[in-house]
Amino acid sequence: MGENGAGKTTLAKQLNGLLRPTLGRVTVDGDDTTKKSVAQLSRKVGIVFQNPDHLLFSETVRDEVGFALKNFGFELGVIVKQVERTLEALDLAHYADTSPFLLSGGERKRVALAAVLAWEPDYLILDEPTIGQDYQQKERLRNFILQLNSQGKAVVMVTHDVEFVAECNPKVVLMSKGRIVAQGQADEILSDDGLIEKASLVKPQMAKLFSQLGGFGFPRDVVDVHRAKMLLEEKLSEVKVRVAQGS
Amino acid sequence: MAGTQGEIIAARGLGFQYAGSASKALDDISIVIGQGEFVLLTGPSGCGKTTLCRCLNGLIPNFHPGEISGELLVDGVSVAAETTSELSRKVGYVFQNPENQLFALTVEKDVAFGPENLGLTREEIRGRVDWAMEAAGTVALKDLAPYELSGGQQQRVALAGVLAMKPSVIVLDEPTSFLDPRTAEEIMGAVDDLRRENGITVIVVEHRLDLVGRYAERIVVMDHGRIVADGKVEDVLDAEFDRLSGLGIGLPKVSLLWSLLKRDGLVSERLPTHVESAVKMLSQRLSN
Repeated sequence: MGENGAGKTTLAKQLNGLLRPTLGRVTVDGDDTTKKSVAQLSRKVGIVFQNPDHLLFSETVRDEVGFALKNFGFELGVIVKQVERTLEALDLAHYADTSPFLLSGGERKRVALAAVLAWEPDYLILDEPTIGQDYQQKERLRNFILQLNSQGKAVVMVTHDVEFVAECNPKVVLMSKGRIVAQGQADEILSDDGLIEKASLVKPQMAKLFSQLGGFGFPRDVVDVHRAKMLLEEKLSEVKVRVAQGS
Repeated sequence: MAGTQGEIIAARGLGFQYAGSASKALDDISIVIGQGEFVLLTGPSGCGKTTLCRCLNGLIPNFHPGEISGELLVDGVSVAAETTSELSRKVGYVFQNPENQLFALTVEKDVAFGPENLGLTREEIRGRVDWAMEAAGTVALKDLAPYELSGGQQQRVALAGVLAMKPSVIVLDEPTSFLDPRTAEEIMGAVDDLRRENGITVIVVEHRLDLVGRYAERIVVMDHGRIVADGKVEDVLDAEFDRLSGLGIGLPKVSLLWSLLKRDGLVSERLPTHVESAVKMLSQRLSN
């Protein structure tokens, strides 16, 4: 996370060799990225760009999602199965024969994601995956990311969507002006006024709420609704009992 | 809201079906928007929000082929009778993806492109460009090439280019997608100022209600090409929370929190739409 122009996308592009460092070293599984081709690195590191139109070109959604698999030399049976599975997972199966260019912005974004997920890279880099997604799609995406993560895949997400991050509670790397300025768990980072200011973010609504309710003895690092509800439930029930006893 | 200030947009039974598509993207849309209103247009992915916006400046049916039905008036004139170039003086459109509308070699030239093509005097063009770049916060970028800017900076330049046309309506299609949250708030604030100072009608398409909720007076919710809710933001959220939530609309987290507490009988007030009102109500209860 970090302000516009902080260097997030530039860093992401270093991870599959699209950009190479002019100073220092980037390694993927121990291999220096300057010694590997983008094609070799891509097999391990899949990047989904911010703008889906930079990635889409096929005539149908099915072809688009199968394209990389074909190039990586998978067998036809595997390709068909893998494409179907990915389309299903991203709620795109009904668009299999549609041109990606007839779809809405949010839908194209999901096709781009599917096109990368299909070959199951070990490392998945998502540049602003929630743009143009409605809440249901975001929930789907969140579950999908958590599932991949639990299968041992590393997911790196570039995003400004503080509420989405609050719900996922991942490790956050905060960037500003080309540097990493903080690292930590999302609830710590997103409730820290100084860091939020520095990286041009805003607090998630729950963090705003709890920083203003500080006088009632609540913790300040609350960022998600469910924790907020539990804390308030307890306090409000106490109040209710007190009021009932008092009257 | 609408009424006293006059209608700027009026749709009656508006329908549209994209060529090659099996279903209607817009189905019997009737809505009146008054001059100077700030309308939040929302709904699940693919519900027809962008399609409705494309009708407002004539991109539909002039550029996107398909079958249009019903009536749509912008500033009293039927869209069907106007060219997109004529309509673009009235309705400015900031697209989801700013790259789609930037092309000149410098930011300043890009912002000047619209007014130059209106055949205005040099002084008028200069004045408009300076004003628009100032209002959108792009003065410092004026000599840079649009393609070397970050997504957020590009979005500001796109906004400046639209402002320079001095339209009566600005449509912003998910304008803050590419922006960091602080910049997103700044842009929405700048748009709201423009509305207050110049009476520009603002229509924002957005999934994130928390961001726009504080500026918009009115929310219009679409689903399957139809308008399914329309009213004041607080009223609609309070009355339709469960239904909107079922549609997959990103409701403000404070409203969600409140609805959960309300379900458990711990609070009884109307759903808050922003943090400040929730803080006030909770402080009051907790002080008991």
